[in-house]
Amino acid sequence: MATARNRASFERGFVYLVLLLSAAFFLMPLIAMIFTSLKSMPEITGAAGFENNTILTPPKEPSVAAWGAAWSSACIAVACEGLRSYFWNSVLMVVFAVAISVMLGAVNGYVLSKWRFRGDNIVFGMLLFGCFIPFQIVLIPMARLLGILDIAGTIPGLVFVHVCYGIPFTTLFFRNFYVTIPDELVKAARIDGAGFWSIFFLILLPISTPIFVVAIIWQFTGVWNDFLFGASFAGADARPLMVALNNLVNTSTGTKTYNIDMAGAMIAALPTMLVYIVGGRYFVRGLTSGAVKG
Amino acid sequence: MAQLNIDRVSKSFGKTEVLKEVSIGIEEGEFLVLVGPSGCGKSTLLNMIAGLLDPSSGEIRLDDARIDDQEPKDRNIAMVFQSYALYPSMTVEKNMAFPLRMAGVSKADQKAKVNEVATLLQIEHLLNRKPAALSGGQRQRVAMGRALVRDPKLFLFDEPLSNLDAKLRVDMRTEIKLLHQRLGKTIVYVTHDQVEAMTMASRIAVMEGGLVQQLGTPAEIYDRPANMFVATFMGSPAMNLLPAIAGADGKTIMVGDQTLPLSPIAAAPAKGQTVKLGLRPEWFNLTGEGSAIVARVELIEPTGPDVYVSLRINGERVMARLPAGTEIDAGTERTFHVTLDKAPIFDADTGAALYA
Repeated sequence: MATARNRASFERGFVYLVLLLSAAFFLMPLIAMIFTSLKSMPEITGAAGFENNTILTPPKEPSVAAWGAAWSSACIAVACEGLRSYFWNSVLMVVFAVAISVMLGAVNGYVLSKWRFRGDNIVFGMLLFGCFIPFQIVLIPMARLLGILDIAGTIPGLVFVHVCYGIPFTTLFFRNFYVTIPDELVKAARIDGAGFWSIFFLILLPISTPIFVVAIIWQFTGVWNDFLFGASFAGADARPLMVALNNLVNTSTGTKTYNIDMAGAMIAALPTMLVYIVGGRYFVRGLTSGAVKG
Repeated sequence: MAQLNIDRVSKSFGKTEVLKEVSIGIEEGEFLVLVGPSGCGKSTLLNMIAGLLDPSSGEIRLDDARIDDQEPKDRNIAMVFQSYALYPSMTVEKNMAFPLRMAGVSKADQKAKVNEVATLLQIEHLLNRKPAALSGGQRQRVAMGRALVRDPKLFLFDEPLSNLDAKLRVDMRTEIKLLHQRLGKTIVYVTHDQVEAMTMASRIAVMEGGLVQQLGTPAEIYDRPANMFVATFMGSPAMNLLPAIAGADGKTIMVGDQTLPLSPIAAAPAKGQTVKLGLRPEWFNLTGEGSAIVARVELIEPTGPDVYVSLRINGERVMARLPAGTEIDAGTERTFHVTLDKAPIFDADTGAALYA
């Protein structure tokens, strides 16, 4: 008995050890980034007094100066105003792009699952196909379209691009979610006198929280982290954070300011992390809810 | 003129014809049960009355007004679904008030009506709960409550008891029937359970293959089935069908080498014509009532109140129902008696009953 129990606890201990080691391994880049962002340049370069430092040595004199610089005074190309204005560009873009694409996806999913019409599966198939179109292919046609619509180079233009690319995914999420909701609910509501929009807003939306969280996380991550569309379609005033971050890192006068680069990258990554932390527990639940019926 | 009139209604999905010119008329206050096996078209018919499906042809009239081209909400009907279809995000009170809210009834009137119906169904204590916190029977009541608040002309029930356990099903059956007696509303009720049909209906439409095989009161359906399908579908255990040959005098019938008198309700078939003789299991007895028939006892199944006895007569398997405690041994040959005054005969080819 005793030996069996000992062996069980030894095995459990071993499992934990492996898990801890792999967690530490995957956390290393993040730790390196945070440490570097809190160090001064001499400490990073291993100047006098900081010999034998590595990238994983904790900062001896932690300072948030680099964070402040990245936020408001670092030089990006010729302007030395930090990432601040680009951050707000990104926020503006992501809020509208996510809200619009998620709402449209919800309505699409509702129609494709509960108001079947002739050829609905073909429409759905074509939308699905949209998930697989590589970004690069649409750059030139999209540029032309934005020009025709007279929103080239603006934030609304970027929102438009991201909404177009987001709809196939959000439609897929919502359609698969609503397929699992019994049709009888919709039938009952129709007999009770509810119309198309009443059924959507009063009956389906209140039970759609998990899939909303999934769609929002998915879209937020995609839009916030996008570089290609931002670099291609944004004018000087509409540049999103990811493009600015790239420019910040590539703008160098003399030595490379690694601490400011790292702080900038952290600033760029924080909002997505925040969204995951807030909505994460719904994420897996929502993603799998379409997979198994009931 | 009937209150609900289903007039030559057909429905096809693509090339599949689900309903073929079905006509049914019922009076106000009737309890019509549509019964039949899966795929017989009964639910399709109910959905068309509700307005959830459009008929391919034919008309549906309620109080002489044509409704088959109206939106479901304009038809003044209410429906109870098999899955109850309660709105998950709303409390019981909000669920029940929903049809009134959609009709633009004032908040105060909504509350008054919901309370009235909740009292009737004894679910006042559940009003603030969400559907997820209710048992199957409670959900069933709430679903009925939501149908009742609107005070519709016609109630539709789509297999409302199928998701309940056996005991609750019997209780709810009684309750729905009582409710019907009290309120006197017209009801169309779909089920595949022939016991539900027999116990609740004022009229039954037995459906199969997209056709109404027979429309009649439970007694008519049971005592004078129109064809072999109705005869075997209604009643448990099912009616036995024995191949038989008509006797020369037009008053007897031969099952193998045994001669039985023809029932007074049956038409005399031509001499030598092959027919099927219908024998309900409960007509068999060992008390000497009716005509004698020799059978081999194969198997005995006691059920509590009855003993089901599996017999062989002329090579055919026949089920008999005898009172509990009947002394009988498997593997023996015995003379039974069977009362034949209601025994129908059927045309062996068309399956139609041959009545005098």
